[in-house]
Amino acid sequence: MSRITRRAMVSGLAGAALLAKAGRAQAAARIVVIGGGYGGATCARALKRLGLDVTLVEPSATYVSCPFSNAVIAGLRGIEGQEFTYDALKREGVRIAPLSAVGVDGQARIATLSDGTKLSYDRLVMAPGIDLRFDALPGYDAEAASIMPHAWKAGSQTVLLRDQLRAMPDGGVFVMAAPANPYRCPPGPYERASLIAHYFKTEKPRSKIIILDAKDAFSKQRLFQAAWAQLYPGMIEWVPLSSGGKVTAVDPKAMTLTTDFQTFKASVANVIPPQRAGTIAQAAGVADRTGWCPINPSTFESTLVPNVHVIGDAAIMGAIPRSAFAANGQGKACASVIAGLLAHEDASAPRLINTCYSLVAPDYGISIAGVYRPGTPSFVEIEGSGGTSPLDAPAETRRTEAGYAEGWFRTITTDVFG
Amino acid sequence: MMALRRVGAASAALALAGALAGTPASAQALPQPGAESCGGCHSTHGGAGAPMPSLHGLKAADITAAMLDYRSDRRQPTIMNRIAKGFSEDEIKAISNWLERQP
Ligand SMILES: Cc1cc2nc3c(=O)[nH]c(=O)nc-3n(C[C@H](O)[C@H](O)[C@H](O)COP(=O)(O)OP(=O)(O)OC[C@H]3O[C@@H](n4cnc5c(N)ncnc54)[C@H](O)[C@@H]3O)c2cc1C
Repeated sequence: MSRITRRAMVSGLAGAALLAKAGRAQAAARIVVIGGGYGGATCARALKRLGLDVTLVEPSATYVSCPFSNAVIAGLRGIEGQEFTYDALKREGVRIAPLSAVGVDGQARIATLSDGTKLSYDRLVMAPGIDLRFDALPGYDAEAASIMPHAWKAGSQTVLLRDQLRAMPDGGVFVMAAPANPYRCPPGPYERASLIAHYFKTEKPRSKIIILDAKDAFSKQRLFQAAWAQLYPGMIEWVPLSSGGKVTAVDPKAMTLTTDFQTFKASVANVIPPQRAGTIAQAAGVADRTGWCPINPSTFESTLVPNVHVIGDAAIMGAIPRSAFAANGQGKACASVIAGLLAHEDASAPRLINTCYSLVAPDYGISIAGVYRPGTPSFVEIEGSGGTSPLDAPAETRRTEAGYAEGWFRTITTDVFG
Repeated sequence: MMALRRVGAASAALALAGALAGTPASAQALPQPGAESCGGCHSTHGGAGAPMPSLHGLKAADITAAMLDYRSDRRQPTIMNRIAKGFSEDEIKAISNWLERQP
């Protein structure tokens, strides 16, 4: 027997033994997952496949995906292509509680749902994604969002922004307020500006785009800027923090966005406000003063409330960006960790990957990737790994990556919901 | 041998774990860290894979060879050369072995 085969066998058997022990603990072990997005739905499914008893708490019957929603805004695809149900999870035996979780008692290990139902758990997975902070930017509250959409949670907000752009006359000005770090999907605002530029170039070529930014650098910046110069010369103006880009107040009635230096009048305004972990994370006591949830990177367990694991956008993951790709990997890794903990054995430390594609135009894709391991206090990128697409690549490479972006979306949504 | 006996003793519990029924026990091993992230882009349980190749049914040796080529930039750079550099040769082999065992 060759060395490798032998090792594979041994590790396979050890894994089976571990799961067998988890199986024995299973009679008692109940897992509750809060939130059925890329993180929570993946984790619930993976836990079920490991043979554990799982209840997924998710109030929405339909999940609307943020990835590829920028293409909806630019009129390149319909919102239906963003919608997914939990039917496949149900078929696999994941129990769905179609309600919101309103509280978690970490001492008693009980989650309370909006109708008063109490679910006791041995381990709880918290994956509520983000909430927008409607207290952070003067003038921008939930009501203002119906005039100046954020479209940072997909669904009606996505459609609203698309329809506003459709109704805008040629020669209009689209103004976006981009937030400081950290926030969901670091390259997202710039992908959005790119695809809206593509729409303008095709349909409303005299229109302009202004990005008012609360930071001085952004993800894949050089790639985006090179592509803008090539594809959309003169159309996109990016105003960084150091040039007075930070929006300090908005006025939805006047359709203005104000910075320290200037007031901008918008035909269509997209305000992406500061964010924090979903409200239930605050209620459960797993979020700290930053609004996000600190975890032990080896186990995803909250450093504030034992037996609660936090994954996806809500968690503080160090160098790992908040992405659907990352949330999916965390969901699977967290399921393995929980199976190991229930068997009273340490699972190996997680190794996580991130890959984010952005479309600058329908046939022009760029990417960033990274590989991460637990460090102190959080995940660190493995030296020598990762990076972005090359700056000087032929059109063919950009076309290939645009194809990869769509392939990724099909594969991951099948993996999570299919 | 220890591990073998433990599995035998626990086989009833193994069968309990619903999803395990009918699949070889070794396929249910907890994955090598990092291995499951492949499924973010590549189909690992059969089904369509275009344009990223499906990893389902591939031999571990072939996955390992491809990853090592990416790691040393011997293969046409795609996103995989940036990812392969995050893993040692042993880790790549372990991931490949796990992928090969997936049903
Ligand atoms: C415009 C845009 C483009 C993006 N593009 C990409 C991309 O191309 N690639 C990529 O990898 N990522 C992308 N992202 C990021 C991606 O959307 C997020 O990182 C991902 O959705 C995070 O997953 P999550 O499970 O943490 O949260 P979510 O997907 O937001 O899921 C959270 C779920 O929890 C539920 N929930 C919330 N509160 C409760 C409660 N109290 N009780 C029960 N359930 C609750 C919600 O209903 C929701 O279903 C993009 C984001 C945006 C905004």
